[in-house]
Amino acid sequence: MMSGLEARRGGLYARRPDIFPKAVDGFFRRLKWAIMAATLAVYYVTPWLRWNRGPYAPHQAVLVDLAHRRFYFFSIEIWPHEFYYVAGLLIMAGVGLFLVTSTVGRAWCGYACPQTVWTDLFLHIERFVEGDRNAQLKLKRGPWSLDKIARKLVKHAFWLMIALATGGAWIFYFADAPTLAHQFVVGNAAAVAYSTVGILTATTYVLAGWMREQVCNYMCPWPRIQGAMLDERSLIVTYKDWRGEPRSHGIKKEGEFGDCVDCLACVQVCPAGIDIRNGSQLECITCALCIDACDQVMDKLGRPRGLIDYATLEDCEAEAAGEPPVPVLRTLLRSRTLLYFGLWAAVGCAMAFTLGERTRLDLSVAHERNPLWTRLSNGDLRNAYTINVRNMEERPRTVTLTIAGLPSAAMWDSLANEKKAAPALSFTVGPDQVEKRRIYVRAPAIGPDHYRLTLTAQDRESSTAARTVRFERPEDHQ
Amino acid sequence: MAEQDKSAPAGEAGTTKHEWDGIQELDTPLPRWWLWTFYATIVFAIGYCVAYPAIPLASRATAGVLHWTSHGQLAADQAKAEAGRAAFRQTIADSTIDRIPPDSDLMRAAVEGGRAAFKVNCVQCHGTGASGRKGYPNLTDDDWLWGGDIRTVRQTLEHGIRQPDDKQTRMSQMPAFGRDGILTADQIQDVVSYVRFISHQDHASVPAKRGAALFANNCAACHGVAGTGNRQIGAPNLTDAIWLYGGDRDTITQTVTNARYGVMPAWGKKLDKASLNMLAAYVHSLGGGE
Repeated sequence: MMSGLEARRGGLYARRPDIFPKAVDGFFRRLKWAIMAATLAVYYVTPWLRWNRGPYAPHQAVLVDLAHRRFYFFSIEIWPHEFYYVAGLLIMAGVGLFLVTSTVGRAWCGYACPQTVWTDLFLHIERFVEGDRNAQLKLKRGPWSLDKIARKLVKHAFWLMIALATGGAWIFYFADAPTLAHQFVVGNAAAVAYSTVGILTATTYVLAGWMREQVCNYMCPWPRIQGAMLDERSLIVTYKDWRGEPRSHGIKKEGEFGDCVDCLACVQVCPAGIDIRNGSQLECITCALCIDACDQVMDKLGRPRGLIDYATLEDCEAEAAGEPPVPVLRTLLRSRTLLYFGLWAAVGCAMAFTLGERTRLDLSVAHERNPLWTRLSNGDLRNAYTINVRNMEERPRTVTLTIAGLPSAAMWDSLANEKKAAPALSFTVGPDQVEKRRIYVRAPAIGPDHYRLTLTAQDRESSTAARTVRFERPEDHQ
Repeated sequence: MAEQDKSAPAGEAGTTKHEWDGIQELDTPLPRWWLWTFYATIVFAIGYCVAYPAIPLASRATAGVLHWTSHGQLAADQAKAEAGRAAFRQTIADSTIDRIPPDSDLMRAAVEGGRAAFKVNCVQCHGTGASGRKGYPNLTDDDWLWGGDIRTVRQTLEHGIRQPDDKQTRMSQMPAFGRDGILTADQIQDVVSYVRFISHQDHASVPAKRGAALFANNCAACHGVAGTGNRQIGAPNLTDAIWLYGGDRDTITQTVTNARYGVMPAWGKKLDKASLNMLAAYVHSLGGGE
């Protein structure tokens, strides 16, 4: 494998070579514009979507409420103990990345990764202010002039503004967006809001403006995993050397030379600063801009497009040997992709199923261990339990707690006393809250059946949550 | 732009010249910004060592110009937590005990505060679970020598039991029927049989009948005609299933012969009003509160 890095030798450390990617138009460039618009729109607009949840919950469609430990996503509300849904989403994202990579290669890197999207945006701004590749090169070589200073200032000002907007949008996912926006402007927002915006502004500016492809090359583990992810049927951006070689350097002689005229258009548009004609490389994010550039040249020369193209290694070999291409379905449907898709879909279906089946009333019961039981003056036994009733709906609910399985049992809670003992206990649990109570259960515990009871919490709409726990007694511990 | 000759090997000068089974090791230079980042971490480390405790010396580490310590941090956090509790504590201290249970928020705060105070002051005798042991009452059951409503519990806590220095203390004394010669050993055995009869335990019926008359003459004054006790003077209920010292024959015999004289400190002398109220609320919440 070859790369541009190896050319910069001499010493243990090397400065970053300047890369001035040339603007290009074409199918993949337009696809990248569309995806950039969509991803940026999702990022900036999402926190401003509203969702009516009634009087007891926030009305922001997507909200990570760290202070109250709730995560709202449209009609779904996640409590901390349901964090496995987030874990499931992460697993789906991971397996999904495998699936995408094994079918369409590094499509994530080339189109949707935030590093790519923001770098692309910053490059566009740079070309807008300083001109295209040649103008940028000229500006760099030229002396410091008023014009050069002005252009640099304007460029960095634009970059910083985008960076500020990026960092600024992030915090709206964690608090009510309109309120926070007002507080932020008038200076009333929490210190953590300002520091978060500051840090994200700095990282956006540095990563997208200065670091660019170095983030992918040095920091991101994903390109390194590619070696294990890609195989001969993965889609990669590749130069068809059997067609291009030997390069003609502009000499128009049919037969002796290949289609490549060595115009370097593919190199000039590359945001990673590599030469795709050297083969598949670590630095290549498969943004496909070299395909657009090469296709333009081939069109002008009247030669068929696709000298540089999305292709699998298998396709390349077939094409070079003059065989018919491998059917797309055969490339897509293979054990690896099917396994990834199966895993991905299984996790997704399991999550969707549990999400649909989950109850919004929950009861947990912990037996008091010290003392395990108390002997009462009439000879009965009493056990104590700490119960937590979770009301996960956004309204107050009156919950009735009942005992089953323990004859003649009665209970009361620690805020009342034994005179209030009854077979059932009713109390109100606040909206979206947990009610913690210590309850006492008294029973004449003799005979074989008196060692277990089931506590059931039930609201008026008959949602129930039940737990079966032990009723401890001395004879079981002798 | 970098242009490479594709046919060239990975570069003679670009490898470490190490080779394993045909695999060469590249000698790619590090990016220069990485070097500057590394220098920046060194500068940060120096700044950190100056600002915070860092360099170990013979007896202690250098203090750092910020004079930060983990103890100091803990103390500050505790002071902050204490300040947060102060309002509740003050309200609890200013309330009469009867007014705490109806206010459920105040009651919760009092119970939690009482739980903490109990662990410091009471567990030595009553046990960590407040279930007592021989001679030290179980506070979780429904049998109370002096009364189990929250006001009475508070009174017992403040003035203690059998503390002659405290005028309002719980005071009573059972006669030592055997030691002082009030009853003979045989008579005591009859009384014990009778006590086991009224507490529904195994007993011999003839001695129990003899004991009934002895009980009426010697014990009923305090323990009641039916033996159900008298909370005014801390005389225990002898008919229930709960025994402070034990309900077996030997223990009851001992109790009647030598009497019992349980004491408890008057906590009013040692604890503030808030603590007393919180302890009363906690004890009352343990399940036996009346």
